[in-house]
Amino acid sequence: MTATSTPPSTSSPYAGLKAPTTARRLLMAPTTGPLVALLLACAFFSFSTEQFLTGGNFSLIVQQVMVVGTLAIGQTLIILTAGIDLSCGAVMAFGSIVIARMAAEGSLPPLVAIALGIGVCGGFGLLNGLLVQKIPLPPFIVTLGMLNVAFALTHIYSEEQTVTNLPGPLTALGQTFPLGHTDITYGSLVTIVLFLLLAYALSSTGWGRHVYALGNSPEAARLNGIRTSRLTIGVYTAAGLLYGIAALLLISRTGVGDPQAGQTDNLDSITAVVLGGTSLFGGRGSVLGTFIGVLIVGVFRNGLQLMGVASIYQTLITGVLVILAVTVDQISRKKAR
Amino acid sequence: MPRTTRLSSSLLRAAAAAGVAALTLTACGSGSGSGSGSSSAGSGDVKVGLITKTDTNPFFVKMKEGAEKAAKAEGVQLMTAAGKFDGDNAGQVTAVENMVASGVKGILITPSDSKAIVPAIEKARAKGVLVIALDTPTEPQSAVDALFATDNLKAGELIGEYAKAAMKGKTAKIAALDLAPGVSVGVQRHNGFLKGFGATDKDVACAQDTGGDQSKGQTAMENCLQKEPGINVVYTINEPAALGAYTALKAKGREKDVLIVSVDGGCTGTQAVKDGKIAATSQQYPLKMAAEGVKAVVTYAKDGKKASGYTDTGVTLITDKAQDGVTSKDTGYGLENCWG
Repeated sequence: MTATSTPPSTSSPYAGLKAPTTARRLLMAPTTGPLVALLLACAFFSFSTEQFLTGGNFSLIVQQVMVVGTLAIGQTLIILTAGIDLSCGAVMAFGSIVIARMAAEGSLPPLVAIALGIGVCGGFGLLNGLLVQKIPLPPFIVTLGMLNVAFALTHIYSEEQTVTNLPGPLTALGQTFPLGHTDITYGSLVTIVLFLLLAYALSSTGWGRHVYALGNSPEAARLNGIRTSRLTIGVYTAAGLLYGIAALLLISRTGVGDPQAGQTDNLDSITAVVLGGTSLFGGRGSVLGTFIGVLIVGVFRNGLQLMGVASIYQTLITGVLVILAVTVDQISRKKAR
Repeated sequence: MPRTTRLSSSLLRAAAAAGVAALTLTACGSGSGSGSGSSSAGSGDVKVGLITKTDTNPFFVKMKEGAEKAAKAEGVQLMTAAGKFDGDNAGQVTAVENMVASGVKGILITPSDSKAIVPAIEKARAKGVLVIALDTPTEPQSAVDALFATDNLKAGELIGEYAKAAMKGKTAKIAALDLAPGVSVGVQRHNGFLKGFGATDKDVACAQDTGGDQSKGQTAMENCLQKEPGINVVYTINEPAALGAYTALKAKGREKDVLIVSVDGGCTGTQAVKDGKIAATSQQYPLKMAAEGVKAVVTYAKDGKKASGYTDTGVTLITDKAQDGVTSKDTGYGLENCWG
C-alpha cells in the first residue's frame, strides 16, 4: 500500500457543486438512492412503533450491524477492484476462534491473542490476493475455496466446541459507555472510525484513486504506471485484516467464541455493499454507501421486529431491495455512458 | 475529469448524509429518556417473544402455531423471530435484543447454541424479562428461568429399549445417524438410545452426522452400508434422517430386515411408522412446550410469579408393532397428536 507518485488532488470536494448538472448528478449518485431508502425506512418505523425512535434503539442497531459492517468495509474494497470475497465470514469465524482459544485456553496474553487472530485473518487475505493476482484465478473461485478451507479449519481447531469464559479484554469492545441517555458500545465506535478511515483513504489518497482505477480497467491502470499486482494483493490483505477486527468485535458482542458464527455473513456483507450503491462490476461506489447499506438491513430487521412482523419478511424485503439496488446501478451506468 | 468530480461530489453527499444521520442519532438520544428497557408497569398489552432456531423446520413452525394459539387465547401479543440457519447464534442474539427493546415481558427461546446464547439471555433477564428455554436447554441450564422440554435422554431410551426387545436376542449391528457434534439434543438422544439398548459407543458399527436432514441421512446410510453391510439396527436423530436411511436401504433391498428407530413424532414421520418404513419413534410435543411457555409469561405479567426449573413436556413411544415389556401407543394415537 505505498502511496506512489500520485497526481495532486485536482478536484476539490466542491468541484461537483459548480458543475451545471449538479441536481441531475445528485439524483444519479450511487449513494443517494440508498440514503433515501434508509431515511424512508426510518420514518416509516418511527411512525409505526413507539420504541424505534429512541437513542437506545439506534445505538442497538449500530451495535447489531458492527460485525457485518466491518466485514463489509473489506468487501467494498475488494468489490471496487471488480473482485468478490465469499470467504469473509468464514475467515472471521476462524480468527475469532483463534483469538478466543489462544486467550482462554492457550493462556496467551489477550492482546497477543488478538494480534495473532487479526494476523491470521490478514494471512488469509494475503493468500486470497496472491492466488487472484499471481496465478491468476477468478476471485469468486479463490474465495469460494477459501470459504471451505477457513470453515473446516474453524471446526477442526475449535473441536466443535464453543469457547466460553473469555478474559475481560476480549469482550471490552462489547462494553458500553453512556452518552446522554444512551449507552453506546465501544465496538460501534471502532466500526464507525474504520468506516471514516477507509472512506478518507479511498477518496483522498493516491491509493484510493488507484483502487478505483483498477476496478474500472486493470489494463488502463497498469499502462498508467499503477502497480496493479501489489495493489490487488494489498487490497485483499487489508480486507483480511478488517475481517480480523470483525472477529474481535464478534467475540466482544456475543461474549463467546462460536465456531458456527459467520455462515451467512459473506452474503450479508455483499448485500450491504450492493444496497450501498457500490457496483459489483467494480470502480464505482463508496465505503460510506456501504455503511448506509448495512444500516438499511439493520433498520429493517430491528423495525420489523419491533412491529412484531415475523423475521421471514425481513428476508423478503432485503431480497427486493437488493434487486432494486442493482437495477438502479445498471440504469445509471447506461445513462452515464 | 468527469470521473473524479462525480466521485468527490457523491462522497460529499455521502458525508453530508452521515452527518445528518449522526445528528438524528444524537437528537433522538437526547429526545427520549426512556432508553431501551421500557418496562411498562401496567399490564396493558403484554408482549411475549418466541425465538426459534429457524423459520422453516416444521417442528418450529408447529411450535410457533402453538404459541400463536395460546397468545390469542390469553389475549397477549406474540412476537416471533428465528435464526437464519440452525446454529445462527448471532441472529438469535439480535432477536433477543430487539425483543427486549420492544418491551416484551418474557422470551421463549430454543437456543441454537446452548452456550453462546447465555450472555444475551443474562442481559435480558437483568432487565426483568422472564426467559424460558423451549426444547433445548442452555448450558448451564440455570442461565434461564425455566426449561420446558422433552426429556431427550428418555426419548432415546424408549426407542433403545424397543429396539432391544424387537431384536429378540439377535446380534445387533448398529448404525447411528446423529445430528451434529456438540449439539446437546443429539448427544442426549444418542446416549439415551445406547442406554436403553444396553450398548456402548464401541458397539456402534457406523456413526455419521446428518444435521437431521433427509438427503444427508440417505448419504450417511449409503456410506454406512458400504462400510458395514451387516447393519441391522439403525438409530436416527429424527424422522427425516430415518426416511433418508429407509431410501438407502430400499435401494439395496434391505428395507424389510433392518430395524429403523427414531425420535420426534412429526406427522410425516408418524405416518412413516404407520406405513412400516420406521419401526418406532419417540413422539414429542412442541405445541405443548410453546403453549405452556406463553401461559408462564402471562402468569408472570399478572402476578410477578416466575416459572422455574424443568418441566417435562412428555414423550410417547409410537409403534404399530408393540413389544412385550415396552409401553407404547399405536399410530392412531400418534397421528392425532403429531406435529408438522
